[in-house]
Amino acid sequence: MTTSDLIALSPELIVTVLALLVLVLDLFLPPERKAWLSRISLLGLLAALVANALIHEPNPQAWQGMLASDAISGYFNFVMLLIAALSLMLSSDYLQRQGLERGEYYALLLTSTLGAMLMGSSADLLMVFLGLETLSIPLYILSGFARGQSRSQEASLKYFLLGAFSSAVFLYGIALVYGATGTTNLAALSQQLGTMSASPLLLAGAGLLLVGLGFKAAAVPFHTWAPDVYEGAPTSVTAFMAVMAKAGAFGALLRVFMLALPQQSQLASDWGLLVGVLAALTMILGNFVALVQLDLKRMMAYSSIAHAGYLLVAVAVSAAGGETAGLATSSLLFYLLAYTFMTLGAFGVLLLLERQGENLALNDLAGLALRHPLASAAMALFMISMAGLPPTAGFFAKFYVFSAALSAGNLGLVLALIGVLTSVVSVYYYLRVVYYLYMRPAAVERPIYASSSWATAALVIAALGVLVLGILPAPVFAWTQQALALVLP
Amino acid sequence: MSFPILSLIVFLPAAGALLIGLLDRGQERLIRTVALGASLSVFALAVVLFFAYDGARGGMQFVEQAPWVPQLGIGYHLGLDGISLLLLLLTGFIVPLALLAPWEAITERVKTFSIMVLLLETAVIGVFLSLDLVLFYVFWESMLIPMYFIIGIWGTPKAGPAALKFLLYTMAGSVFMLIAIIALYFLSGPLGGRSFDLITLQSLTPGWSLALQVPLFLAFTIAFAVKVPLWPFHSWLPAAYTEAPTTGTVLLAALLSKAGIYGFIRFAYPLFPQAAALFTPWLMGLALIGVIYGALVAAAQRDLKRLVAYSSISHLGLVLLGVFALSPISLSGSTLQMVNHGIIVAALFWAVAAISGRAGGARTLDDFGGLMRPMPRLAALFTVFMLAAIALPGTNGFVGEFMILLGTFTQHRVYAIIGAATVILTAIYMLWMTQRVFHEEPRSQKHFADLRPREVALLIPLVLVIFWIGIYPKPFLGRLNSSVQQIVRQSSVQVQTGYDLLRSQVYRLTRSQVNGPAPANLRPGGRPR
Repeated sequence: MTTSDLIALSPELIVTVLALLVLVLDLFLPPERKAWLSRISLLGLLAALVANALIHEPNPQAWQGMLASDAISGYFNFVMLLIAALSLMLSSDYLQRQGLERGEYYALLLTSTLGAMLMGSSADLLMVFLGLETLSIPLYILSGFARGQSRSQEASLKYFLLGAFSSAVFLYGIALVYGATGTTNLAALSQQLGTMSASPLLLAGAGLLLVGLGFKAAAVPFHTWAPDVYEGAPTSVTAFMAVMAKAGAFGALLRVFMLALPQQSQLASDWGLLVGVLAALTMILGNFVALVQLDLKRMMAYSSIAHAGYLLVAVAVSAAGGETAGLATSSLLFYLLAYTFMTLGAFGVLLLLERQGENLALNDLAGLALRHPLASAAMALFMISMAGLPPTAGFFAKFYVFSAALSAGNLGLVLALIGVLTSVVSVYYYLRVVYYLYMRPAAVERPIYASSSWATAALVIAALGVLVLGILPAPVFAWTQQALALVLP
Repeated sequence: MSFPILSLIVFLPAAGALLIGLLDRGQERLIRTVALGASLSVFALAVVLFFAYDGARGGMQFVEQAPWVPQLGIGYHLGLDGISLLLLLLTGFIVPLALLAPWEAITERVKTFSIMVLLLETAVIGVFLSLDLVLFYVFWESMLIPMYFIIGIWGTPKAGPAALKFLLYTMAGSVFMLIAIIALYFLSGPLGGRSFDLITLQSLTPGWSLALQVPLFLAFTIAFAVKVPLWPFHSWLPAAYTEAPTTGTVLLAALLSKAGIYGFIRFAYPLFPQAAALFTPWLMGLALIGVIYGALVAAAQRDLKRLVAYSSISHLGLVLLGVFALSPISLSGSTLQMVNHGIIVAALFWAVAAISGRAGGARTLDDFGGLMRPMPRLAALFTVFMLAAIALPGTNGFVGEFMILLGTFTQHRVYAIIGAATVILTAIYMLWMTQRVFHEEPRSQKHFADLRPREVALLIPLVLVIFWIGIYPKPFLGRLNSSVQQIVRQSSVQVQTGYDLLRSQVYRLTRSQVNGPAPANLRPGGRPR
């Protein structure tokens, strides 16, 4: 262990210490002061963000080749810490209202964040696995956090059983890759695969890794858990999970598939095609099934599946190598940030509307615009962004992904066509939300729960993020491309 | 760099919308004033540009260029030529009137309404001024959301589904264009030398093979054809036009349809001349079908608003015919006719709204009759609008349609003849409608109050423009001329394909019998640049 190792790990360390601190402090705080934990967590996340910004020396093989501290991990850490901070700001009020505010909530959320950060920085398959488990186990518990509700318990159990199964599959994949190559270090793997031809053992191993990560990303056909878990979990957990699990999974996909596995080879075209098929299925199924959802959380679940499909397009086409790989990787990074803002924003508005663990349906939004113009305008903005219409973040995110796809030849062209057509399909269900907000008279007047300034601030940040990425995306584009230039040869 | 007047004119309405967003929704007067002020300033700037534009020099003027997303080669590139100038003027002219119009006026949720109209104005003007394909696409798609709100919120109770249909239909058309735009970028050169810039691309694409041009051209064509709409892509139109509030209908018919036609002129034809030449006969056929279909369906309508909606399809078909014919005269005529159509169709929709507003919302032919007596002012104004729609000499409609048909005749004789015959159809349903509504015996016992002075004052500018363009179109045509020449030059076939060779042979054979030289662009060897 050297100082540079410690520096490389400093954001993760801060989050770890923070999680433990919150857990301990919880014991000493009276119930009415639990909100302090949220403030302390936010402060700590801010410190981690600062630490993350201060890391300048890239260290691709920190901790004996377990962790990579480079520009990409810097970007991922930023996105994940942002997700955690926004989720905390959004959930505090909601938890109080639901009577769920317990100190473990914050500790678990922070631990899960730590796991995702480790996934985005891993330089070794074992580290990916550790990150995956650190991300998932707190999520299993958080899904069941509303102990009194059988739906929440069911979600937790379902998520745990399927998640544990997928972790096992992932671990088996690591074993097969190790068997084929004799290493689990991603850099070593990349070097070795450059010279050897693909063995069936390696292909099977890579396939199993894809299954494990595809499960976390909720890619079809490994998505079946998502709607039930999203629906059953407390909404603030759903919001966090929808974004953080996706960020972690795609961080790992980027590390393993886009950076470590060789491109422009037989192996690459094999896994590129495989991921491409998954991407196509995910976009189609996610968007079409979302059409018939009347429950908003289920709709968001299928929408998040659909977005996993667009992200997978970037993963799939990166197999083509060269310029495409660069475009694909940076488009993935950009998409994740856009997805963070719009998804957390949309869930944030739903959180304002929910009272006591009931599930909101489309009907509950009817006529909201007349009574709460700002919340409705924000929700409309997030929906428009998710549908990929300009001038919002969602448009440039999709534009970037489709650009990467079109630079990749025929597979990319097919994926881009499926992508734009399913985007049109998605307009229907996203704009239906807007239709209910603005054009349907209210059946019952639902109150909106006066939110603290924290939740409002989070919504403002999300809305600004969506607009800035949609109107002036250049700085973030530049950032993603710089991140990449430092990593790709 | 000189003063960025084009940026100012594009974003002025958006700034107004932002300002209105900060106001309390109770302050309706103030909101209306800000909206009107912003849109009138746009019109004032458009008039300034009209006089500042150097028509003799032509080409793109007041150009602004800056990197927008340099990592992807996306530029912020605005420019104004004679064609965009006229459309800018039309937009600046229609929007303030739309905000003022008292017929079926918007009285609920004025704040949201004003914001949406102003955002729409920014998007429409942006479409007319963009010279970068991505910038253009961003403005193009940005038109959808405000329009969706305008139709859905203030339309009839059935407007929500109609608004969604409009949105889905036009977006489905547009996404292929998005793919084509990205593909153009990657085809435009090696890494580092690529561009989304229209001017750069225009110099490259005409050299590409038909196998490349045809799919790209079709992708652009579908997007524009749905927006106009070109028959048979019009099925969203009747629902959207009739369910929308009158203001929305006017904005759709007067402005958004022009964006589609403008797309053909600015993008589809100059970028892919060979593919365009290949498809021109088909497109002209569709345009003609649209002219006839629109007219026949209009003649069968009993609902006045639907009648005007279908007549709009018919008139837009004729405008498209002139664009596809691609002769300087027909293209000038089409551009002028876009302005004319915008004004006439807005006037007709408002007149219908004025009548039906006094009849408590009824608007079928059977509800009226003999309105000449109680409403002499409206009858007089309506007659002017109706005659302009029929294209009576002396009105603006005549100048536009005459030039379209004349220009088309020099290139595609048969189409021009059929097109000219259909002008009669317009006269049939328009005169019939006038007769049923304003003459004959009254069919309703209701009392129809004539137009108030304020209402007349709002319609008078439209009448003035109708006669101005009808009698003295030179200021407009003078600014169009060299821009149109340039578009025709860019869009004409420069490289001979097998098809063109065949076509020019056939043309020569037929021409030789009347002893005239073939037009330059059809001579074997193509025209020199």
